[in-house]
Amino acid sequence: MPECKFAPWDDPNEKPLIQFRNVTKRFGTFTAIDNQSFDIYAKEFFALLGPSGCGKTTMMRMLAGFEAPTEGTILLGGRDIAPIPPNKREVNMMFQSYALFPHLSVWENIAFGLKRDKLPADKIAARVDEMLKLTRLEKFAKRKPHQISGGQRQRVALARSLAKGPKLLLLDEPLGALDAKLRQDTQFELMDIQEKTGTTFVIVTHDQEEAMTVASRVAVMDDGRIVQIATPDEIYEAPNTAYVADFIGDVTLFSGTAMNRAPDASPDASPVAAETPEVAAEAAPQEAETPETETVETPEAVAEIGVPAEPEAPVADEPAPEPAEDSAKPATQAPQGPQPNRMGLWLHDKVWARVFGPRTDIVRQLPPPSPAAATVAKTGTWAARPETVSAETTDIPHGGITIDWAEGQPPLIALDGPRVEDGQHVQLALRPEKIGISKTKPDAVNALKGKVIDIAYLGNLSTYHVELENGTMIKAQLANTRRISRRDITWEDEVWVSWTGTAGVVLTS
Amino acid sequence: MTRRLILILVPYLWLLALFLVPFAIVLKISLSDIELSIPPYTPQLDLSEGWEGIKGFFAALDFENFVFLAEDDLYWKSYLSSLQIAFFSTILTLLVGYPIAYAMARAPNHWRPTLLMLVILPFWTSFLIRVYSWMGILSTEGYLNQLLLGLGLISEPLTILNTNVAVYIGIIYTYLPFMILPVYSALERMDDSLLEAAEDLGCSRLTAFWLVTFPLSKNGIIAGCFLVFIPVVGEFVIPSLLGGSRTLMIGKVLFEEFFNNRDWPVASAVAVILLLILIIPIVLFQRNEQKQREAEG
Repeated sequence: MPECKFAPWDDPNEKPLIQFRNVTKRFGTFTAIDNQSFDIYAKEFFALLGPSGCGKTTMMRMLAGFEAPTEGTILLGGRDIAPIPPNKREVNMMFQSYALFPHLSVWENIAFGLKRDKLPADKIAARVDEMLKLTRLEKFAKRKPHQISGGQRQRVALARSLAKGPKLLLLDEPLGALDAKLRQDTQFELMDIQEKTGTTFVIVTHDQEEAMTVASRVAVMDDGRIVQIATPDEIYEAPNTAYVADFIGDVTLFSGTAMNRAPDASPDASPVAAETPEVAAEAAPQEAETPETETVETPEAVAEIGVPAEPEAPVADEPAPEPAEDSAKPATQAPQGPQPNRMGLWLHDKVWARVFGPRTDIVRQLPPPSPAAATVAKTGTWAARPETVSAETTDIPHGGITIDWAEGQPPLIALDGPRVEDGQHVQLALRPEKIGISKTKPDAVNALKGKVIDIAYLGNLSTYHVELENGTMIKAQLANTRRISRRDITWEDEVWVSWTGTAGVVLTS
Repeated sequence: MTRRLILILVPYLWLLALFLVPFAIVLKISLSDIELSIPPYTPQLDLSEGWEGIKGFFAALDFENFVFLAEDDLYWKSYLSSLQIAFFSTILTLLVGYPIAYAMARAPNHWRPTLLMLVILPFWTSFLIRVYSWMGILSTEGYLNQLLLGLGLISEPLTILNTNVAVYIGIIYTYLPFMILPVYSALERMDDSLLEAAEDLGCSRLTAFWLVTFPLSKNGIIAGCFLVFIPVVGEFVIPSLLGGSRTLMIGKVLFEEFFNNRDWPVASAVAVILLLILIIPIVLFQRNEQKQREAEG
């Protein structure tokens, strides 16, 4: 995996293209950028993400040369760019308003920068034609900007800023003016073009979905500071602060005091395990393994716990993990026997299961089926459906922490996360798609009772707003793999929300 | 239906009553003969005689006033001189007005209404009074000469009043707002990021101005130039108050024909020719406005 992965930021020998060194920018008494240092590497697609007014645009304008840092230096390819005016920098910018010259045709707009370099006419024509082809604008070369659509204008702006072959391309909210559908298509187009040209892109956006889709790394900004720089999946799966967790996607945050669990804690210590003693005893031999890896490595564990297990390491090639894949992933990693790929699983779930009954491959490799495993085999499903959560085995690995978060509610168990001290204040961040919901009490590490207050139906997904007995609201998200008439959870239902020990992220700041 | 008809009729009636009818009267007088009477011309078209009158009018039609205009070189020299003065003063007004409009458009947002007000403010004083005050400034004993003498820049007072220089100064001063306002509105509409984009693509500030700002203010410049040129061609007050006896402008000639010579038919012929000359720039001006509307729509 590492050799095909693009991750120059992990390579200490790689020289960054851009280095911010203690850069501060003040406008009067207002500090827009507060002493920031970070690197951007060649060929990266780097996103500056944050709410409006967080300083992301200022950061970009300093790169373009329209603003100078008040303190600190910015290096481009090892050279301080402060004395270089914008028209001499090997940096081009695509403006939010596109800033196409209304009196020039599409062709002339793209040629504008090349003509300033005093290139010979035939070279200019060749380069412009190349750009027109790259952005599929050949047909519109003679039109004026007001004679083409918004999406085409966006492509002209991109072609114009790429024409000079800059070392660095800056994109200021490049898709803000497009409608949702066109924006999605254009995001992929942007990624394609970035890959084809091998140019380093820095994009500024307030749209987290856009940043997650296009970027190789995302810098989440707040109030003139970068809070976290990481790959999209790391930002999503392992946010370092409550701010990042909250800004990226939906999240439910539980605040409470942490207590370290004894490394040799018996399963009885957990509130739910007591109810299924026979299963706990059966799982006992596996307890020698470390809690972090257990659920991922053994297919037995997957089958027994039933709830989607969390892959521990963020997967770089999948920026937005889908809940449905979580259960599939451990299965494919299992060493025993040929395993169906994702499509095979889908085929099985959608088609074969109706004819042949549930898939039995994994169950076959188990020791003689326990009553619990047999139940899984009978009801076994492979997607993260509410029904799955009700698998009847529980196996709480030792280690991790418990979080006391509310009177009269069971403490929450988090099996991984940073080292904490007993009594330390922490927050547990939970993504809605990591939370299962069921009508009967599931056998999960964490299970809380509540009532459905609201259901947001988004077509492919439904988000259930569940109010716990103490008034806390939790969002649980389910993929709508069944037709609407077959879903049984509705408003005002008493339900259980549940999640695994590794589903949440423990935040200490 | 009737409502739409009324809506269409109003501007046409307006045009008929305030332009076509007066123009027809002027045209009719220009085809008449001078006579020592009141009014000082013999009507050659007497509609009270009906068909016979019209027949008689066409029988006597001779265009002699127009022939006279063509034969006497005073008139075509005046036309040419008017066009020349209008042309140069338009260019000078543009040269003075453009930087002012540019500075206004670049000024901080909260300053702009004040600056616009300052441009329009002189209109609150009578035009005649403002031209008269220029006489006070430009005359041999005027404020300008006093100032220059006081500073020791000149040893003898300059003769500015009653020359073409005074006429140019008066025209530029009077028509400056007509140049500034359209240019300002074109510049103000311009997106600042266009200049940043030009710089980003390798332009210096100056080339960015020539390649982006100037072409984009072209429509404002054209509109301003026509708004100055068209009325200046027929200008009468400024050349007669500030200009000297050698300043030839057709407006002045027209006035003299009417009030000094009391030759209404010739004066009317002068007016008709002037209008025909001005139709060309007026049509060009309208076409420019039309094109701009289309580009924006």
